[in-house]
Amino acid sequence: MADVLVVAEVAQGRLRKTTLSAITFARQLASRIGGGFSVLVLGKGVSGPAQEAAAFGAKAVHVVDAPALEHYIASTWAAVVAEAATRVGADFVAATSSTFARDLLPRVAARMNAGMVSEVTAIVGDAPPLRFKRPMWAGNVIATVEVKTPKAVFSVRGAEFDAAAAAGGASPVQALAIPVTADPKVRYAGFAATISERPDLTEASVIVSGGRGLRDKQGFEGVLNPLADALHAAIGATRAVVDAGIAPNDLQIGQTGKVVAPNLYIGVALSGAIQHLAGMKNSKVIVAINKDPEAPIFSVADYGLVADAFKAVPELVEEIRKVRGA
Amino acid sequence: MKILVTAKRVTDPDAKIRLKPDGSGIETAGLEYKLNPFCENALEAAISLVEAHGGEAVAVTLGDDAAVQNLRTALAMGAARGIQVKVTDAELDSDLTARILARVFEAEKPDLFLLGKQAVDGDSNQVGQLVAEVLGLPQACFASKIQVTDGKVLVTREVDGGLETLELTLPAVITADLRLNQPRLPKLPDILKAKRKEVKTLTPADLGVEATRKVETVSYEAPPQRAGGVRVKTVQELVEKLKNEAKVL
Ligand SMILES: Cc1cc2nc3c(=O)[nH]c(=O)nc-3n(C[C@H](O)[C@H](O)[C@H](O)COP(=O)(O)OP(=O)(O)OC[C@H]3O[C@@H](n4cnc5c(N)ncnc54)[C@H](O)[C@@H]3O)c2cc1C
Ligand SMILES: Nc1ncnc2c1ncn2[C@@H]1O[C@H](COP(=O)(O)O)[C@@H](O)[C@H]1O
Repeated sequence: MADVLVVAEVAQGRLRKTTLSAITFARQLASRIGGGFSVLVLGKGVSGPAQEAAAFGAKAVHVVDAPALEHYIASTWAAVVAEAATRVGADFVAATSSTFARDLLPRVAARMNAGMVSEVTAIVGDAPPLRFKRPMWAGNVIATVEVKTPKAVFSVRGAEFDAAAAAGGASPVQALAIPVTADPKVRYAGFAATISERPDLTEASVIVSGGRGLRDKQGFEGVLNPLADALHAAIGATRAVVDAGIAPNDLQIGQTGKVVAPNLYIGVALSGAIQHLAGMKNSKVIVAINKDPEAPIFSVADYGLVADAFKAVPELVEEIRKVRGA
Repeated sequence: MKILVTAKRVTDPDAKIRLKPDGSGIETAGLEYKLNPFCENALEAAISLVEAHGGEAVAVTLGDDAAVQNLRTALAMGAARGIQVKVTDAELDSDLTARILARVFEAEKPDLFLLGKQAVDGDSNQVGQLVAEVLGLPQACFASKIQVTDGKVLVTREVDGGLETLELTLPAVITADLRLNQPRLPKLPDILKAKRKEVKTLTPADLGVEATRKVETVSYEAPPQRAGGVRVKTVQELVEKLKNEAKVL
């Protein structure tokens, strides 16, 4: 019987919450194929995240803990994931789409001789042939695709699969004895982390996002920081802002950046280009503040305010403090 | 050094894409086609590396005869010659694309294979990684900086949480992100010169690749449209609506 293997993502010694979306996908897929799902945790010193992963009803949490896995290297990790899938009898491998999953999973698919579907937003139908929905053309088209191979690999849109809730009880945590050979052709040469005390964009329930209309770093931070503070929000940005060096790459929302769907998205001084909309138009409530009444962002906004951001946002912060204080 | 680099033809990234009424595909009438923006970044990187280190950049496209136009743009940017592998988009999936490109790599034996991180029509973000695995090569995807020093390449990658740096032994596969560089615009003399550059046309069969797919598109549909919202006149009205109507404050 076919099983689903979820590749967990670990950051700073913790299970990334985004992993829980792939678990939801795996539960759905497993129930349709009449199989089960398990979770794979890889790295060096990952017993903590492995324990965290045990709370979601998986048949097992498999762990490969090895010094050679201290840093993520695609070629090294893909070999381990594909071998783990074989060992645990999983024909399907899934992870929540992130730069980690996007980098890793195609290599896993090639090793498994499996078809891969990127950015899955839904599973279609209850019986074989299994079909999946995925966006194309910056989300302007939704395609339904069918995997022709017996095995398959999926990157899953976190914005479309809710985080799994704890299932009660704990899955057995088991070490998998897979020998790890570090790829000698790759040397990890460092990481410059974006330091932020704010919530992660892909996990935040409120996002305030700024565009080129905020002009420079001073304008961007001066306008958005107080608003983000008042709402305990994550900060996002358009490509124009990131290209200009005003915000780090990590904050880019859109077709080629992060895809988000918070409860509340406030777009400030950004036009709403199709590539940006591709990353945020599934947010539950969208607010747009732009001085141009014709800006395309207004066509997807639930609430639009035509105003100068430098004037309107400080007022908004004041008003929010008032209602929050009351 | 010798660099293999992709030149994929895509629909204009800024065009409004609409479905045909019968849902069999997108409406192509009046649609413009361009080089995939990420391939432009890969080409710019390839050409400037050749300018700095010598050698040649060879551009490859998998596509029908119309794609040769876009291959010519790559030649006008500065690639020395082009390879067209003649297939239609409908015949390809990511896996087949990668297996064909891997054979082209084996035939050309470059030091570096530069691709875009993603094709802006299919938005799959798979081919570079697949090619690397098929060829057993190291990869650095989503590159925002590339430095070549004897036999090695140092690549800065845009990843969640910051910027990562990897050092790869050549030959290697790199996929370009948008901040890697500012692609050059070919000048008229270069466009004219590009018309005379060699373009070789091959078929998947010439390369010994079996043209099978692992993933097939069954149908297309339009995404759900958001109902147009309301305009508020003041910040006070906005906050009132967010609190009492949307209940998000
Ligand atoms: C291949 C490709 C991929 C891309 N990927 C992405 C992506 O992932 N994410 C992304 O965001 N973009 C992406 N882009 C870029 C996208 O096409 C747009 O260029 C970009 O989103 C525009 O950013 P912006 O809205 O900040 O700037 P602009 O389009 O310049 O808009 C600025 C807005 O600010 C308003 N404004 C100015 N001053 C004020 C003020 N004082 N108060 C209020 N409003 C003001 C203006 O009216 C205007 O609407 C991509 C482009 C390409 C070609
Ligand atoms: N038909 C093609 N011809 C040439 N290169 C391609 C083709 N399809 C994909 N690629 C390359 O693979 C990259 C990733 O594409 P994708 O995985 O389809 O998003 C693109 O940016 C191109 O560099």
